[in-house]
Parts: sequence; structure tokens; C-alpha cells
Amino acid sequence: MLILNCPYCGRDKDETELTAGGEAHLKRFGPGSSDQDFEGYLFGRANPKGLHFERWRCAAGCGKWFHAARCTATLEIFGTYKAQTLEPPQVIKDAITAKRPGWSWRNFS
Amino acid sequence: MKRNSVFAVAREAMRQHSGWRRTWANPEPKKFYDVIIIGAGGHGLATAYYLGKNFGITNVAVIEKGWLGGGNTGRNTTIIRSNYLQDPSAAIYEKARSLYEDLSQDLNYNVMFSPRGVMMLAQTQHEIRGYQRTAHANSLQGVKTEFICSARVKELCPIMNIDGPRYPVLGALWQARGGSARHDAVAWGYARACSDMGMHILQKTEVTGISQKDGTVTGVDTSRGQIGCKKLGMVVAGHASVVAEMAGFQLPIESVPLQALVSEPIKPCMDVVVMANTVHGYMSQSDKGEMVIGGGTDAYNAYTQRGSFHHLEETVRALIETFPMVSRLKMLRHWGGIVDVTGDRSPILSKTPLGNTFINCGWGTGGFKAIPGSGWGFAELMAKGESPLTAEFGLDRFRVGRFIDESVAAGVAH
Amino acid sequence: MSTRLANYGRLINRAKAVNFTFNGKVFNGFEGDTLAASLLANDQMLIGRSFKYHRPRGVVASGGEEPNALINLGVEGHFEPNARATTTETFNGLTAESQNHFPSLEFDIGAINSKLARFLPAGFYYKMFIHPRSFWKHIYEPIIRKSAGLGKAPKSRDADKYEHYYHFCEVMIVGGGIAGLQAAKSAAATGVRVLLVEQTAHWGGRAPVDGVVIDGMPAQDWITVTLADLSVRDNVVIRNRTQGSGVYDHGYALAYERIADHTPGDGRPRHRLWRVRCKQIVTATGGIERPLSFAGNDIPGVMLAAAVRDYVLNYGVSPGDRTVVVTNNDDAYRTALTLKQAGLEVPVILDARAEGGGDLMGEAIAAGIRVELGRGIAQVLGGKRVTGLQICSQAGEGAVLEEIGCDVVAMSGGWSPVVHLWSHCGGKLNWDADQAMFRPDPNQPPLGADGAGFVRVAGLANGHLRSAAIVADASAQGFAAAKAAGGTTKRVVLAKAEDFEELPLSPVWLMPQGASYKLRSKAWLDFQNDVKVTDVQLAAQEGFESVEHAKRYTTLGMATDQGKLSNINGLAVLSKSLNAEIPDVGTTTFRPPYTAISMASLAGEARGELFQPIRKTPMHDWHDSHSAEWEPVGGWRRTYAYVRPGESVDQAVQREVTNTREKLGLLDASTLGKIVVKGPDAGKFLDMMYTNMMSSLKLGRCRYGLMCSENGFLSDDGVVARIGDQTWLCHTTSGGADRIHAQMEEWLQTEWWDWNVWVVNITEQLAQVAVVGPNARKVLEKLGGMDVSADALPFMAWADGKLGGISGRVYRISFSGELSYEIAIPANRGLEFWEMLVEAGAEFDAMPYGTECLHIMRAEKGFIMIGDETDGTVIPQDLGLNWAISKKKDDFLGKRAQERMFMDNPDRWQLVGLETLDGSVLEDGSYAIATGQNANGQTNTEGRVTSTYYSPTLKKGIAMGLVFHGPERMGDVLSFTRIGAAPVKAKIVSPLFYDPEGKKSNV
Repeated sequence: MLILNCPYCGRDKDETELTAGGEAHLKRFGPGSSDQDFEGYLFGRANPKGLHFERWRCAAGCGKWFHAARCTATLEIFGTYKAQTLEPPQVIKDAITAKRPGWSWRNFS
Repeated sequence: MKRNSVFAVAREAMRQHSGWRRTWANPEPKKFYDVIIIGAGGHGLATAYYLGKNFGITNVAVIEKGWLGGGNTGRNTTIIRSNYLQDPSAAIYEKARSLYEDLSQDLNYNVMFSPRGVMMLAQTQHEIRGYQRTAHANSLQGVKTEFICSARVKELCPIMNIDGPRYPVLGALWQARGGSARHDAVAWGYARACSDMGMHILQKTEVTGISQKDGTVTGVDTSRGQIGCKKLGMVVAGHASVVAEMAGFQLPIESVPLQALVSEPIKPCMDVVVMANTVHGYMSQSDKGEMVIGGGTDAYNAYTQRGSFHHLEETVRALIETFPMVSRLKMLRHWGGIVDVTGDRSPILSKTPLGNTFINCGWGTGGFKAIPGSGWGFAELMAKGESPLTAEFGLDRFRVGRFIDESVAAGVAH
Repeated sequence: MSTRLANYGRLINRAKAVNFTFNGKVFNGFEGDTLAASLLANDQMLIGRSFKYHRPRGVVASGGEEPNALINLGVEGHFEPNARATTTETFNGLTAESQNHFPSLEFDIGAINSKLARFLPAGFYYKMFIHPRSFWKHIYEPIIRKSAGLGKAPKSRDADKYEHYYHFCEVMIVGGGIAGLQAAKSAAATGVRVLLVEQTAHWGGRAPVDGVVIDGMPAQDWITVTLADLSVRDNVVIRNRTQGSGVYDHGYALAYERIADHTPGDGRPRHRLWRVRCKQIVTATGGIERPLSFAGNDIPGVMLAAAVRDYVLNYGVSPGDRTVVVTNNDDAYRTALTLKQAGLEVPVILDARAEGGGDLMGEAIAAGIRVELGRGIAQVLGGKRVTGLQICSQAGEGAVLEEIGCDVVAMSGGWSPVVHLWSHCGGKLNWDADQAMFRPDPNQPPLGADGAGFVRVAGLANGHLRSAAIVADASAQGFAAAKAAGGTTKRVVLAKAEDFEELPLSPVWLMPQGASYKLRSKAWLDFQNDVKVTDVQLAAQEGFESVEHAKRYTTLGMATDQGKLSNINGLAVLSKSLNAEIPDVGTTTFRPPYTAISMASLAGEARGELFQPIRKTPMHDWHDSHSAEWEPVGGWRRTYAYVRPGESVDQAVQREVTNTREKLGLLDASTLGKIVVKGPDAGKFLDMMYTNMMSSLKLGRCRYGLMCSENGFLSDDGVVARIGDQTWLCHTTSGGADRIHAQMEEWLQTEWWDWNVWVVNITEQLAQVAVVGPNARKVLEKLGGMDVSADALPFMAWADGKLGGISGRVYRISFSGELSYEIAIPANRGLEFWEMLVEAGAEFDAMPYGTECLHIMRAEKGFIMIGDETDGTVIPQDLGLNWAISKKKDDFLGKRAQERMFMDNPDRWQLVGLETLDGSVLEDGSYAIATGQNANGQTNTEGRVTSTYYSPTLKKGIAMGLVFHGPERMGDVLSFTRIGAAPVKAKIVSPLFYDPEGKKSNV
């Protein structure tokens, strides 16, 4: 029963108040992209056992989408941040580094 | 291996059961096998069994991180049915179901296949149409199902409330030869038979790396050293992505916890398996008398073998609505397994980017019922490079857009 | 025999006698009794039968660990199977029945299994019943099922009510023994909010029974003082009869309060499920005494030593007159001393330790009790009740040294900490070889959201056996938890307890240690499931080496007590068989709940009418009072048809179709999704959401639009209206409104967050009525207030205005092929407007119609329905909707997906109309049979029916379907499946069955 802090409204939210939205930082590929890129965008999933970046919506709260850095093995939350970004902010990266030195996830580290 | 029978038991009873041998051997790993299967769950063991039985390939190791049958095989709700809508699904699940019919005799191990009948309730007009469609499809697929009216539902399952008020039961898709089996026995029976053929089941052996040369796999690194192979099969369910990553490719898979629970045992009161998809609940009664109840999956990735509690509340609510007597029972235990869910929620039985490596995964919430068919088809794929049972379940379908979507019949894939 | 003593009974009120029945016999008890105590007080030692061998079973324990004393409790709507007599409080009028026997508890035919035991070892069913195949289902399995199963299946609906409760605090403490109380005191002193729960009705746990002295006071006095202290604090909530049942991730915990189990029918909820959110949890859950494994240890009268003194001291009940105590530790001497003080006989204490114990042994000897060291039990004698036992040397193989008469055996194999809650969420354990117990490994706690441990364990649960250490640990753990949860005070509240000098136990996993096969095959590990030492040894012999394998093979620990008494003993036997150390074999996983909790409490209030909320349109009650046949659509209820007296549902539907086609129909379309999209980039945004071009839609006009998923499949449709320069209103399907709105938000927030667009779901703000049929204009003109003529309001236009004095927006759109207006009015005037239309429409033969009529009319026109023609695998191109896919746009959701090989493919099945040659109605979901079979032996298909109806307008069956190369095969005849009948022939036709030129709607 996860609790995540919504970076918009600042509230700690029980997972029943949130909607999970799957992997974060997917780059959208539209018309003109290769079959491989498009497949990767729609279906290729990191699915790591460990650090993961994922999307959540404060559905029963302020309604905003945000991102969380979370461990899928321990369910530890390293931080949450607003969704309007192409990569995790440095403060989140630092928070992860403090707990999991040498981490990497897709292109981030 | 000693043949199991009532006579064998009687003979052993006279000598304090001292004659029973190990059910499977516990060998030291060899340096090299023709085939390595990673994962000694039901699907991995069945694959090994049919490699030996159908193709004479017995120089096989099945490598297991924990104990055999200890993943989803040993923690599911043991429903067996094949009333699927799409042709490829119906084919592999019906193959599995028909193999289950004779599995006890084939393995000389009682897996307690109990074709007591499975019904999927229709509680909306949409579900009625979806299940009628499935019944039509099944009639052409060689799967015996029928759409039954609510009165017949009540007759088959008297403890059910068909009157609502929220979702009255309007009918059901009924598969009389669906049912259940003893999950552990399926794994143990296959393991015993594999071991009998000289195959090595290497428990408590963790794969830590996959060695490759020129786009083919040469072997695996394990906690017990390097082991070489000609062909590699990955059959690790919830950990499919983790093993695939060792081999350097990515899968259209997400791993999420799926939960189940049992009540305390009570005297027999329910002779069929019931699935109610509108309210998301399914239930059967085990031979021990426990009501075995399936819950939902978490909406986020996790590798913890437990799930979020609110799913159980929702499941139990739905069941009390459908089976009012459940209200007076007690929940004895609940648990979770990690299920591997693909982009179209159908499984993957496929070649991989690595020439001699094959993957069997993505069974999601519905793998147990498929075990014999999955093993049969995957063994054929590994031995011959193709199998009609697995042809449509390739990884390439996600690229070309040829999905196998079972949710269309309002069904869930449990 | 067992009986009520004249003295003792600290928990009972002798002034208040209660009557109850057991198997129809009326018994007496006292308020404060557990049912187990009451039964023992009435010499009812035999309470049930075991699972597999139907062996006689009596009370073993005094708490939630009890495996045997399970009963069918109550009647009808208050019936509960498998109720545990040791945790059921006796009340006046209680009815109980024993379980799992036929015909009676005393004489049970199933007990033959016990005689056959040697043919039914662990896993026997895997090895037998294999041939012939059909016998398993029809013969063997029914017999096995019938003989298993324990309690009866409830038959009546639950007559009780239940509720959920949310609770927030910093520290939750589970267990109201001295450790829990002290931990609570310590935590509360820091000022944080504390919740303390205790599963029984009483506080203080075992301490008063064990004669503990704290802070110079007898335990009971200290407990009273401490409770009083906690009760007055406003940062502390305390609840007895409330079990900490489960610990979940991120500080979520379940507490199960049994409010009215002991006061049924008093109007209060039976159970309350507490969903607790806290920062830290301290589990002070104590320990459970282990049985000893000797032959005959399952005979009624063999009990846990601590339970025996519980019955004497707590309930004033003597389980028997002559009790032999057998132990491997000092604690059981307390039982001997208690019995002696109560004037009961203790012929001997058998201490398996060669050196014996400490101070307590000295006291026992001083009290005149015979103590035999290095001795054990070879075999207990008796059938339905202990009659005596044979003494042997623990070190030997069971040679009988002496036979002694007794009616109770009080056994103690040492104590196991209750580590369940610690383990639920991943806390790890260490094996403490000195104390022979698993205890929490403080370095591997369950981890919370911040990656730090959030569960601590205090007292006996943490492996501390002596009261001084227990209260000291509790002080420290309570304080540490409070600090971790934000407590500020620095002072630790201490307490001091006094102890006897005790010597350590000596692990005894088998008695005697060299017991013969014959003795081992009578030594029970799991009393309920009938798992014996030989069963676990057989499992090991057969290669079931993993503790999980051995458990599943033998069913050890899988009974309703979940192995609270058996798991460690079984594990020790397994380890020994494997020549391995206990910690190397490991434990099975501890799963919630701690003891079984009612299903009803999980559901809470959400049952019956409250199972799920129903969404109602403003006109819902009108429909209800006009004999609406309801259909659930999403969360809504919509009228399927309005069935008049004497009509069938089908007749009603046909009447509605005919009347609407010929005269006038009214449809409550309020459930239709309505989403406002507004902003400088709204047009650009809608061009992405829809396959059509929406940015070019002219002000005042409507356009039918399609939405696809990014995976290319058609997901929703509806009419879009341009409301303003920067404002559009999007209609969605009834079930789709919330989903589509959420998707729009998702794309705007996570992909195109720099676009200036706002979306608002106004579905429930508006009521909507479709006025349909040749008389539609007439009735609106009668209401008056705005010009609804064809010139002023042409097809696919909309206008704002007033009708009958109510402001609304009128859309000239049609889903039926008739002249049709859809009028949106404020929700609060919906009913008024509807009734106005019904009244004004009377002279034009207005009739309300339902969803089935709507479906038929749209099918007659060849309009697709999301969910019928689409099922998540259909793309717009399959449905002949290419005209709705803009060729001018670079991009829209689904465009890239539809370029993939399997989608951009002429072989996909395409939409056509279908008509049977004999005019009959095709079956729903029917498939078109093609020639031959595929590689898996399945009959090939070449199409399927997506919608099929009897058309009252055309007086024949009509259908739509998807067919291989369908549109190119007009006139071809296909063969469609029928269930239980020969296939039926149907011709491919245009799906536009009715008024193909669209003359009727455009008037």
C-alpha cells in the first residue's frame, strides 16, 4: 500500500487515491518513425527489479500527473517530481545516488 | 523410478515406507547440456519433459534459482479452462486442457485433474454478447463450451446469488471439462518424470549471466559455475525481463503482483469453478475444502510477492455479492505472485534476437492452465524451430501490430 | 476429568452464570470464560475431530494458536464455521457444534482413516488413485473432499453488519501484554499519537499468570496502573478485542476488532476493520509455546503447559486431576507449582534436560513434586482421553521405565516468538541456537517508503524470555519507534521487573531422541492436519528438501492455525532428516492475516445496494416509475426498454422502434459524455485526439469524430461541436466519458504540456434528451422559444436558446436516421424538461424509448456502436470509416500504428451488412465458416457478426459484421455458425438497411 507525495499539491497520497501510469520518460514516436522505434515506444518496457521511473496521477486529489523514482523490489520511494520534464531533476538523481550509488536506468545515471 | 500405484503404497506401508526413493535427483551440474531451461516452474519442467518425450532430447538441465514449482506454479488458483476467443489462444489452452485429462496417467503421478466445470458469468448485456461470441468461436475451435441461462447457473452452483441487486447473473459461458488440478503435483510430477529421463533439475542454482558468441548463446553463468549449452530456453515468468536483460534484449513485459486468498476449509458446497469478470472475482473450492479466491493485479510494477491490500477488499466484496455465504467465512491467508504481463496480455513463445535462444513468458494471470500445452509447443519450437501452437505467439507481433487480444470477449485471462 | 475449581479464575465473573449449548446439550459457564474454558469446566475435553484421520481432538492451547478446538458456532444468519473455542467468549445463549464427524463426535466413521494411517502417509494421493482415469473425478475425489473440510458451509445470508475505520497515528503497538503496555507508555511519553491494540478482551497478557512483578507491584496491579495512565492521555488510543492482523507496505496495517462477537444482536457492528496508517509499528506479540513430539501427543488431555495454568488461574478450570508435566525448560515448572497450589496432583515432572532447571525446579522439589531429569515420554496412553503414560529416558529409544496414570499431560518444548507481523512485509529472522528460536534480525527489518525499517519488535516477540529483559526492551523499542516517527521528548520511561533464576532450555525435537518408527508414527506435529514426524521424514526421504516442498507435500502448517504450533517442530525434524542446520533450511513465508479474519469485515459496508455506487441521470426516478427495464452501462443505469403491462421486453422494444420511426420517441441521453475543450491550442489538440480534422470545424456546426488509441484501435466516437473560437464540446460514449477525459488530461500534462488547452468533463452538469421521429420538430415548436426549422437549424448544426422556458443547447444530430434533436439543459432542470416533453408530446404520440431501441435504429442505419462493431482489435479502416480519417494531418493518435504491416493490410476483415436468406436473425457473435482447417485443426473462419437484430421496421433479421474482403463480395452467401443447430446462410449486403439516402433525417 504505497504512499507517494504529489509534487503539485504537496500531499502524501495513498495509492488508492492515485492512478498508476506505467513507465516514465517514454519518448513518443509518431508518423515517420521506424517500426523498431515505434514498437519500443509502445511496448518496450524497462521492467527492472530495482530502481524504476514511473508515472502517477493524483487522481483523487489535484488531478496532476507526476513522476516517481521507486524501487520495484523494496518499494522504497527515492522521490517524486513534476511530469513536465524529459529527465529526472538533479535533486532526484542525487537522492538516488545517496541510496544506490552507481545506479543507471535507460539513458539516465 | 518406482511406479506409483495403490499396490506400491500398500507394499511400502508394510515396511514403514522405507522403500520410497527421491522424487527427483539432486545432481551436480555437468559442464555442458544440449538444452538448458532457465526456470523450473511448471512451464519450464513441462518443456523439458516434452523435449524428452516427443523429441528424445534428454541431455537437459532445468536451472532454478529457488525450489522447483515455487513461483507462480505454486501460488495460483489452479483454474483450468480453454474457452478462449482467439484461435491461437484456444489452440494452446485446449491442447493444455486435453493433456491435463491424461496427465496423471502419463506422468504416473496423480495431479488430481478435476474437470468439474468452469463457468464465466455474464452480468451485462455486453458480456452476454461477448460470451456468446466465444461459444461460437469455440464451436469451430474444437473447444466444447456452451452459453447457459441463469437458471442453469443456479442449478450448477446453488450457493450463488443470481438476483443481484447490482449485477444480476444473466447467464454464463460454461465449459464442462474445465476445472482444476493440484498445482504442486503438476510441477512435482513433471520434475519426477524429467529426472527419470536423466535430465538434471538444478535447484538453488541462480543464473547470473548469459555467455554469448557471435549472436548465439554458449552457456550460462550460475551460482554453481559456468554451464554450456547448445540451446537455451528462458521460462522465468515474472523475472523474464531480468533474464532477458542479461541476454541483452528487452521484452514487452511488465511484472506486477497478482493476489489470491483462501478461506478456512469447509465441507463441500461448490462443485464448479466460477469466474465473475464484471465484479472481478473468481472462486472454487479445493479438495481440502478451502474456498480459493483470485484477486486482481496491482497497477504498478513490483517484484514483491505481496500486493496491495485494497485489491483483496474489492475481490471479497465482489464475491460476497455473488456468493452471500462467503460473508460468514474467514480469510485464512492471502499471498501474491509476480506475473509477467505483455502488451496484449497474451503470452510470448518465441525465438529471440539470439539464434539458439528461445523465450516462453508473458502468461500473466493465466499461466497454470496452459502448462502442458505451453511445454508441448515450446519444446517443439525449441527442437524444430517452429510449432503451430506457438506460431502466433512470436515477439514480432508487437512490431507488425498482429495482437492476440482476449479482453475483447469481456474476459480476463485468469 | 476436567472441572471448575472452587477458587481462582481472575478473568471470570462467578456472579454471572451463562448458559450455552454444545451438540445440543445445555452447559453452564461464567461471564469472562472462553468457550474452551467453559467446555473444560463441563468435562467436555473431546471437542472435535482431526482433518485427515478423524482422530479425537481436545483443547491444546488457550489462545489463537489452538489447532483443535474448532466449532460450528451460532445458527442461520449468525453461523460461523471453524470458530476457535479458545478465542470465543462464552455468552448466554451461545450454540456450538463439533465439526468433521459422522454420525457423531463420540462415534465417527471417518476414524477408520486412523486405522488405515499407514496406507495414507504424506502425499499418498499423489501416488494413488491414478487408474482408471475417470475414477478420480467421480469416485476418489468426492470421497476425499467429503472427509476433509472441517466446518459446515454457511447457508443463510449474513445477518450482521460490518464496518471499516480509518486510523492515523505515528506509532502503532500490537499486543497488550506487559511489553506492549510498556512500549505504549514509552512511546506516548514523547507526545506522538499512539494506537495500542490487544486481540483478547484482557490486558497484560501472560504476566499475571506467570507471577511477574514489575516496579515492585504484582503484574496485575502494574497493568491496572499503566492502563489508567494510558487511558487519560489524549494522544493514545487503546482497543482490546482488536488484533493487529497484518502489516503492509509503507506503514499500512490492519487491525481486526471483534466488537460484538460476544454480544450478538445488540445492534453494534460485528466486526470493524481498522485500516491504519502509521509511521512506525511495534509488535509486542509475545510468544507461543511449542508442543513436544512424543507418541500419543495428540490424545485429548495432552495440552501446552502454559495453557494448563491459564485455565486454572484465569478461568478457575482444572483440565484434570493428575497432570504430568513434561518439559525441556524451566517455565513449565510454573504449571506444576500452580496445579500443586490449586490442590491438584502432579505425580511427576519429566524434565528432558539431564541437569534440570534453576530456581523453579528447586521450588517444585520443595513443594514435594517428584522431578525426573533426563526423562521423557515414550508414549501417552488413552483413546478419547489421556489415561496415563510411559516414561522413558530422553536419550534412549523409548524403552519403558515406568507407567504412570494421569488424565492430563502438560507439555512444553520452549517458546517461539510471534514474528508474523515482523515478517509480513519482508522482515528477516535469525536463528538463536541458544534459545532454539527464530527471532527478528534487527538489521533486516521491513522497509518503509524511505528505505528505513518501520517495524520494531519488543519483548518476547523479540526473543526476550525473562520479564526484566522484556520490559526493558519494550521501553527501548517504544521510545525508538516514537523517535523515528517524530517524537521529541528525550526521556525514556523505564520499568523494572524481577525474575527467578532460570536455566536455558535444551532443544528437544523428538522424544525420546531415538524414538522408533512405531513411536514416531504416533508423534504428531500438526494436530489439525494430522502430520506426524514420520510424514516429514518421508518428505525428506523423497527429496522434498525445501521447507516449502515439505510443507506442501505433508500439509504441515497449512491448517487453520497456519502452523503456529507445528512449524518450528516440523522444520527441526526436516533439518535433522536432511542433516542440515535449522537456519539453513529456513522458514516458510508468514502471510497475513495473523489469525483468520472474517471475509465480511473485508467487505465492510459495501454490500447489497451499497456494493457499488449507481450513477443516476436527473430523470432516473421517472424511468423507474415508468417500468424501466434497467441495464448497467458503465456506472450508470440506463433504460433498456419501458415495458408496458402485458408486454414482453421484446415487444416493448419493437413498439418503441416503430413508434419512433413513425411518430415520436424520447430518449434520456444524459449519460452521454460531454467534455469541453478550450484554449488557444484547443483545435490543434483535438486534431491529435481525433482522426478527423476538428480545428477546421465551423462555429455552430457539428462533426462526427473518431478517437483511436496510440496503438491504432478505435476507442471512442461522438459528435463534436464548435462552440466558440477557442471552444469545442466533445461528446463521448456513455461509458467513455471519464476515460476520455482522463486521456485528454494525460496527453496535455505529460506530452504536450506547453500547449494552452483546458479540458473539463461536464457530463453530469447537463441533462440531455434526444427528441426523435417525424414529429420531433412539432413538439419542440409547441414548447416554443426558439426557431428549430430546417433553415434556422439545419442538419449537423446546433443553436442555443430556450425551449418551454428552459435554456438549453439544441443539436440537430441523429443516431437513428430520423429527424432528431438532442437538447442539453442544466441537470437540475432535466426532469422538468423531460416531463414537459412527455406532456407536450402526447398529442404527437410521444413515447420514451430505451437503449435497445436505440441500438436497433442505429443498426438499421448501419451506424457503428463502440463495443459492438469495435472490441479493441478494430481500426476505423475496418469499418469503412476512411472518410472520417483526415488525410491532411501529419499526426494524430493511432496514425503511426495504423501504418504497421498488419494494420495497413487489405486482408483485414471489413464491415458489411448481412441478411440471412430465410429472414431469420443471425446469432450474436456468430462466425462465418470458411473452408478447411488451420495447422492446429481449428475450422477456418472468414468473418463474424458484430451486431444482429430483428428489425421491426424491415420485418426481418439484419446484421452487421466484419468479413474477409467483405465490401468487394456484395451478394456472396456465407455460412454462419449457430449454437446447437446447422449453420445458416447469409448474404453480404450494404449495412445501410434503412433510408440509405438519409432523406428522413435531413428534413
